[in-house]
Amino acid sequence: MTMPRLVEVRKNVLKANDLVARDLRERFRAAGVFVVSLVSSPGSGKTAFLEKILTVLRPQCRVAALVGDLATENDALRLARSQAPVKQIITGTLCHLEAAMVQNALAGWDLNQLDLLFVENVGNLVCPSSYDLGENLRLVLMSVTEGEDKPLKYPTIFNSADVAILTKVDLAQVVEFNEEAALANIQAVRPAMQVFKVSARNDQGVSEFADYLRSRLATLRATAIA
Amino acid sequence: MHELSIAMSILEMAEEEAERHGGRVAAVHLKLGKLSGVVKEALLSSYEMACEDTPLAGSRLMVEELPIIVYCTPCQAKRELSSAQWFCCPECGTPAPEVVQGRELEVVALEIQ
Repeated sequence: MTMPRLVEVRKNVLKANDLVARDLRERFRAAGVFVVSLVSSPGSGKTAFLEKILTVLRPQCRVAALVGDLATENDALRLARSQAPVKQIITGTLCHLEAAMVQNALAGWDLNQLDLLFVENVGNLVCPSSYDLGENLRLVLMSVTEGEDKPLKYPTIFNSADVAILTKVDLAQVVEFNEEAALANIQAVRPAMQVFKVSARNDQGVSEFADYLRSRLATLRATAIA
Repeated sequence: MHELSIAMSILEMAEEEAERHGGRVAAVHLKLGKLSGVVKEALLSSYEMACEDTPLAGSRLMVEELPIIVYCTPCQAKRELSSAQWFCCPECGTPAPEVVQGRELEVVALEIQ
């Protein structure tokens, strides 16, 4: 029996995904589109929040959304009420979106006709963290009904995100949500992370976040010109 | 649970490399960061499952787990974290968001027979 020989490889296992994500990022950059992805646990209010944001932004911005779900088109139907172009990505049994799914879903779309594109991931706080989708900004959403320790339970996804959104804040008192503890937990797993507090039901914080996105878009455009 | 699809990517990568070098893969060496989002135990069992009925059946997946290392600006030094729940310098206590190690998910080498 021959002795095994060691062959150096040094390759990222997710290289195929990362290459597609890089290609997407370049296309987004060239078209001047600011791309926002959303991750959270199921039921934290991603779709309600997104519907609200699309509706608020739509008068001035050209917005669109891709939405991932295991089995249904319910989310796309809800988001379509905002009048923005929406496409559902049905992942089947896959628990997360991959860059190639975003690429396929964008086939036939003219990115030059868009200002902001939203990509709503499958509701899951574990798997989506590993996959780059070519986005400019990754939002992690957490509802006040989920408990303050979500960031500590899922530090990887919170760490992979850029901005946190506390949702359903209109229910905070009812569920005796300890905001201070939640914010401290977010800072513990992702120091200096910016947090927005919103309610899709009573619109609290929605226009502040919409303003934030507009300013990020303006910065992107200014950098592209410079 | 996305470890099975990760295991299949590893398998694919190893098969390709083995074909290039000629021979049978006895082991795959992997670096796995604590912030990679992949669980070692789940990956090991997924790998075994993914290898069944392939030329890599019976090969071993050797996982080297890498701790999270951050850069601490006040200390001007790299610091290892003992937990993903507390991104602060263990020496001076300053919050340290800059991750320099921990996201790795990398096939580093193959043992080929």
